[in-house]
Amino acid sequence: MEPIIIEGTAKTPSVRFDANAKIFEIKGRSIPENSVEFYKPLVDWLEQYKENPLEKTEVNIKLEYFNTSSSKCILDVFKKLEAIHKAKNEVQINWYYEEDDEDMLEAGEDYESIIRVPFKMIVTE
Amino acid sequence: MGFDVESYLSEHSNGDVILYYKGNIDSDVINHVLDTVEDKLVAGNEHPKLRKKVYNVLVESLQNLYHHVDRVPGDFEDQSSERYGLLQIRKIEDGYKIITGNFIRKDNIERLEEKIKRINRSSQEEIKELYKFILNHQRITNKGGGGLGLVDIARKTGNKLEYAFREYNTDYSFFYLDIHVNDNEK
Repeated sequence: MEPIIIEGTAKTPSVRFDANAKIFEIKGRSIPENSVEFYKPLVDWLEQYKENPLEKTEVNIKLEYFNTSSSKCILDVFKKLEAIHKAKNEVQINWYYEEDDEDMLEAGEDYESIIRVPFKMIVTE
Repeated sequence: MGFDVESYLSEHSNGDVILYYKGNIDSDVINHVLDTVEDKLVAGNEHPKLRKKVYNVLVESLQNLYHHVDRVPGDFEDQSSERYGLLQIRKIEDGYKIITGNFIRKDNIERLEEKIKRINRSSQEEIKELYKFILNHQRITNKGGGGLGLVDIARKTGNKLEYAFREYNTDYSFFYLDIHVNDNEK
C-alpha cells in the first residue's frame, strides 16, 4: 500500500502513514481552519489499510497544539484504528505530551476514555 | 451615529495592549496574529505553560470569529470585510486578556447566550464531560466549526466566560467575549 507522507506547515502537522516501514505518525501543529479537508485523506487511507493491516499497528501522536476542529478529525482517525483493533489486530496509540503540558495530557485521556484502543501516555522533555 | 465598537475596550483598559486588530478575519490574518503573539510571548519570557494556554485560547477565539461571525450591518463603516472582527490582547498583572468582538444578528443572541450561560453554570468537571460529549456526538457543522470552541476556552482557562452584547440597531448587536488567561505560576 502506498504510504502517505505529508510535510508539516505552520498550521498542519507532518504525517507519515507507512505500512511497509511500520511507521504511523502525526506530529506538530494541527490548527487549520478547515481540518476536515486535511484529515479526510488520512481517514480514507486507514479505511483501506483496515482491509489488510499489520499484525501490530503502533501510532505515534506528537502534537504540540491542536484546535477543536482538529480534535473531531483526530477522533475520526482513532475510530478507524478502533475498528482495526476490534477486528482482532493489535493497535496501540502512543500519545506524547510535554512535561508540564497538562492540557495535552488531559486531551489524550479524553480520547483514551472514548476509544477502545490501548493508549500509552509518553512524557517528553 | 453613536455606536463605537471600541467603547468596550476603553472601558476595560487595564494592562498593556500587546496586539490590537479590527477588520476582516481571514486565514492570513489569523496566521499573522498567531505568529506575532507567539513571538511576543517568547520575547516577554513567559514560561511555556502560559504561552501554550494563551496560544491555544487565541486559536479558538480567532477561529470562532472565522467560522461564526454574522455579516456586518449595511450601514457599518467597514463594508469590505466579509468576516468583520475585533481583537485585543492585553498583558495584565496575573496573565493575559483576550477580547474579541463581532456583529451578531439579534435573532442569534439567545442561542449564543444560552450556550455561554450553560458553560458558566458548569463546574470544571462538568465542562470536561461536556467537552467529551460534544467531541464524541456532534458532527462538524457546515460552517466548519466543531461547536467546541467556547467549551474549550472555558476548560483551558478555568474561568467563567465574561461577555457583553451592545445594541447596534434594531437588527444587530455587537458581541464581546472577554477571556482571562491566568498565569498560574504567579
